[in-house]
Amino acid sequence: MSAVLAIDGVTVRLGGRLAVQDATLRVDRGELVGLLGPNGAGKTTLLRTALGLLRPDAGTVTVNGRKAAPGRIPIGYVPQRHEFAWDFPLSIEQVVMTGRTGRLGLRRRPGVDDWRAVDEALERVRMGELRSRPAGELSGGQRQRVLVARALALQPDVLLLDEPFTGLDMPTQELLSALFASLAHEGRAVLMTTHDLAAAVFGCDRLVLLNRTVVADGRADELADDPDVWMRTFGVGAESPLLRTLKAVAA
Amino acid sequence: MSPAEFVGDLLNPDLAFLPKALLVATMSSIVCGVVGCYVVLRGMAFIGDAVAHAVFPGLAVAFVMGGSLVLGGTVAGVITAVLIAVFSQNRRLKEDAIIGVFFVAAFALGIVIISRAPGYAGSLQQFLFGSITGIPDRDIVVVAGMGLLVLGVLFVLHKELVTISLDRESARAMGVPVFWLDLVLYVLVTLAVVISVQTIGNILVLALLITPAATARLLTDRLAVMMLLAPAIGALSALLGLYVSWSWDYPTGGTIVLLLTAGFLAAWVFAPRQGMIAKRCRGGPESDPVGGDAVAG
Repeated sequence: MSAVLAIDGVTVRLGGRLAVQDATLRVDRGELVGLLGPNGAGKTTLLRTALGLLRPDAGTVTVNGRKAAPGRIPIGYVPQRHEFAWDFPLSIEQVVMTGRTGRLGLRRRPGVDDWRAVDEALERVRMGELRSRPAGELSGGQRQRVLVARALALQPDVLLLDEPFTGLDMPTQELLSALFASLAHEGRAVLMTTHDLAAAVFGCDRLVLLNRTVVADGRADELADDPDVWMRTFGVGAESPLLRTLKAVAA
Repeated sequence: MSPAEFVGDLLNPDLAFLPKALLVATMSSIVCGVVGCYVVLRGMAFIGDAVAHAVFPGLAVAFVMGGSLVLGGTVAGVITAVLIAVFSQNRRLKEDAIIGVFFVAAFALGIVIISRAPGYAGSLQQFLFGSITGIPDRDIVVVAGMGLLVLGVLFVLHKELVTISLDRESARAMGVPVFWLDLVLYVLVTLAVVISVQTIGNILVLALLITPAATARLLTDRLAVMMLLAPAIGALSALLGLYVSWSWDYPTGGTIVLLLTAGFLAAWVFAPRQGMIAKRCRGGPESDPVGGDAVAG
């Protein structure tokens, strides 16, 4: 398997502060990787760097072997739900079509190919039947799936998800988890940041623990047996509820 | 005065300023209605207010020097819009603070400049509250041209402007030039304000930008419909407002704005889905989201 998304020795400074230092991680085709770490660990910075929105001070980010740059290489980006203007009066399919804006460029209007991509994306997240509903009427889980469909409309090899589970109930999380896993196993490279240990341990093929740099990288069941890396990543003691939760989840 | 008499006055060559005022008011409200949809949906009302004030020094300079008011307002407004866009890149100060600094400064500059002109109290009032007399023919052509330009740019950049309004980060990730599109939108807001200032006045122009779009938003969940409804509401209010103000000798700008506000309040109460009555009938202000989450795969 080849690494579709390769982050190599990336260092990023934000306003003089070292946000990410010498981070290396790969996501292969067919893999769902969970990026975990405390607040301020650099998860979002790493995602933004992977998107080409931040220029690393050192290291490289490549997608399919090419340097990441906004608009040049299709990367599906799924932002946190609250960053999206849901009160905009658009139907679901119109929202998903905005995922093609960058590719269409200034002069072209959506054509047959674009509508086909939107149809496929909507069917893939099972939102086809609701396609003409106003996006503002959707529940949290449906909104998350619309954002995933918008990212899929670009037909990307790489999908980056930022905190997709925040504010959702457990059944919704589980359904989304299954969706992300199947999106990955169809041959995409999927990287997702999350604070949800249980969802990450169960759902992801591999976990990357980040605290400014990559502290650990391995299969969920392996990492769950190594409390030390979790203590170092999250800066917690051996008696932390976090470790107990982890043990309970991994057991 | 009956509507027939109003039409008679419109056609009376001795009252040639009246059809001109109607033309300019209608064109401005159409342009403001469409641009206003973005202003309302993006929560940019404050920027509209800022730009409305910021065109003032340009109008003042043009007035003092005897140049085209539309042109003077455009230059000042665009400069302010660019300054706001550039300075708001500094994340230490929030955008609204930057806007507060610049629009009051611009307004102050305008007052100082216009105070140099002889008989300035009268012209000050004209700027602030609008006037339907004394619109030169040249300005009608300029207003029409700029109005078409604004609508044309909005049409061409529609999908880009929608995309950056939904979520900037994803738009950036797709390679959409967010900063430049923001700037274009600010400039379009400025142009819409400038062409409206003359009839409706500096202070009331914000209503032309916000109220029709806000009313339209209450009436529909479709962006395209909203962008047709808002200018229609604006144009109708301009026509009715001019008729009422002409018949009863009310100030034109104020009359148009009050009609717009009445329309907004009516929509607030009677709108089929978003209105107070409709919500009361459905039981509670929260409309339930569509279906459940049980269909994911």
